[in-house]
Amino acid sequence: MIARQPDENPAGIHLPLDPLPGHTSRGRLERVLRRGEFAVTTELNPPDSADPEDVYNRAKIFDGWVDAINAVDASGANCHMSSVGICALLTRMGYAPIMQIACRDRNRIAIQGDVLGGAAMGVANMLCLTGDGVQAGDQPGAKPVFDLDCMSLLETCRIMRDNGKFLSGRKLTTPPLLFLGAAINPFAPPIDFRPYRLGKKIAAGAQFVQSQYCFDVPMFRTYMQQVRDLGFTEKCFILCGVGPLASAKTAKWIRTNVPGIHIPDSIVKRLEGAQDQKKEGKQLCIDIINEVKEIPGVSGVHVMAYRQEEYVAEIVDESGVLKGRQPWKREIRRDDQLVAERLDHILHDEITETQVDMVKTAH
Amino acid sequence: MSETTPAITQATLVKKAAPKSDYKPADVSPQRRVQRSFAVRLWSVRHSRLLEWFYARFSDMFLLLHPLWKGIGYGRVEGPIKFVEKRVKGFMFDCRMCGQCILSSTGMSCPMNCPKQLRNGPCGGVRANGNCEVEPDMPCVWVKAWEGSRNMVHGDKILDVQKPVDQSLRETSAWLRVTAQAAAAREAARNAPNTGAPA
Ligand code: SF4
Repeated sequence: MIARQPDENPAGIHLPLDPLPGHTSRGRLERVLRRGEFAVTTELNPPDSADPEDVYNRAKIFDGWVDAINAVDASGANCHMSSVGICALLTRMGYAPIMQIACRDRNRIAIQGDVLGGAAMGVANMLCLTGDGVQAGDQPGAKPVFDLDCMSLLETCRIMRDNGKFLSGRKLTTPPLLFLGAAINPFAPPIDFRPYRLGKKIAAGAQFVQSQYCFDVPMFRTYMQQVRDLGFTEKCFILCGVGPLASAKTAKWIRTNVPGIHIPDSIVKRLEGAQDQKKEGKQLCIDIINEVKEIPGVSGVHVMAYRQEEYVAEIVDESGVLKGRQPWKREIRRDDQLVAERLDHILHDEITETQVDMVKTAH
Repeated sequence: MSETTPAITQATLVKKAAPKSDYKPADVSPQRRVQRSFAVRLWSVRHSRLLEWFYARFSDMFLLLHPLWKGIGYGRVEGPIKFVEKRVKGFMFDCRMCGQCILSSTGMSCPMNCPKQLRNGPCGGVRANGNCEVEPDMPCVWVKAWEGSRNMVHGDKILDVQKPVDQSLRETSAWLRVTAQAAAAREAARNAPNTGAPA
């Protein structure tokens, strides 16, 4: 028998996994989380191109280090390849993408269609977001849609999955099997509302959440304490967002220009004092991971290394969060390899038969 | 030939002019541009408890007048009531007439003033000073909503998950709709024991 990786469909890597009791999706991420393993997710930097190889190359560097890859939906309101497109490519190759859906660009008609389309392509995880305002991106003149908000979007997806219906009540013949996610930002005001807001998201259907960049661990710890006291950690998997800062200058720039990301002074000071700021940024990220993984209720980390994607593997490796486990990795299956080896000669043999030759040999 | 002509779009023109002029229309949404001050809106949030009490009395009164509305016809009173409602709520809360008022669940801070029109709580981009991500000089509607809700008796209604806005109800009177629904519910409750008794 050919040894296969865990969480892989023997009939083909691009196919959904067998349904398991207590699981709402047929994807890998839900299995990893429900088994109680510390999950690692990351974000694919969406290409500004129509070349599928760009997506595959960018996904390749995460191979064997992450459990799922977020396909972002025009993050920061900048135009890129769409999340549906990226998911279509990734699912073909067996990756487990998390399809992000932002409410900024599409209304409820388009979104529900995309949910069905995504699920049909084998996307098991969907992350419901509000989305940044159009003013943040490269096309501030665009019309902001915001027909749904993240909460009603979550509820819509949940209704589609559990009740097998559109928002309008019209029936679906096959409901999408989804693992539903949402985003949280424990670091933005109103701070004391934030834990309750997570509760609202859980009520609306969130099964896992990814947090905004965490640079202030004490603040995150307080948040987690409140969330645990409210009993939300039993109902929802919480992944803490982390990422390397390239330099003190970037940190300062982000702090002043990107609303919602909170970077304390101590972090900036630590970076400023370092010889090699880039290396220190990476080390800082590893230190933060090591601190947050000990917080009860944290089920994983979401590593966002925008334009530093090559560091993700190192960060995951050096922090040791996987504890020796190797997430699914795209590799040539042994049976395929066997066939390839045996038939390799076809590629090299000179077999230019003419039709006359064929007739001759046939006799 | 066509390759050599540079594409000049409206966007490039605006972008080119932007650094030279002080006025950058892209920095504020059209909604905000017509708005001058947030004073009244913020007053309403500060007095959310008083307004909650007042609205409870007010809606009871509207319900008492149900026979009158019914007599004249809801369709016919809609116009004048909407006229008043729009002006009163517009002044007090900067109401946007979504037609499905949830002020009592949002600490008397109208969520339709949020540039993303979120009805279920703040987005992740609220600035550290509590101002809006999109419109830096406006206090985030949801930070205010949370403050307002903490003063109210039924403030925890802010934790309910709200349905998406029904755009077909825009520019209609929420007061009349709530009254009609309450009247219908009262009627149904009155009829229920009657139909239940013979069985
Ligand atoms: S910061 Fe507040 S008001 Fe601004 S878009 Fe976000 S939730 Fe709405």
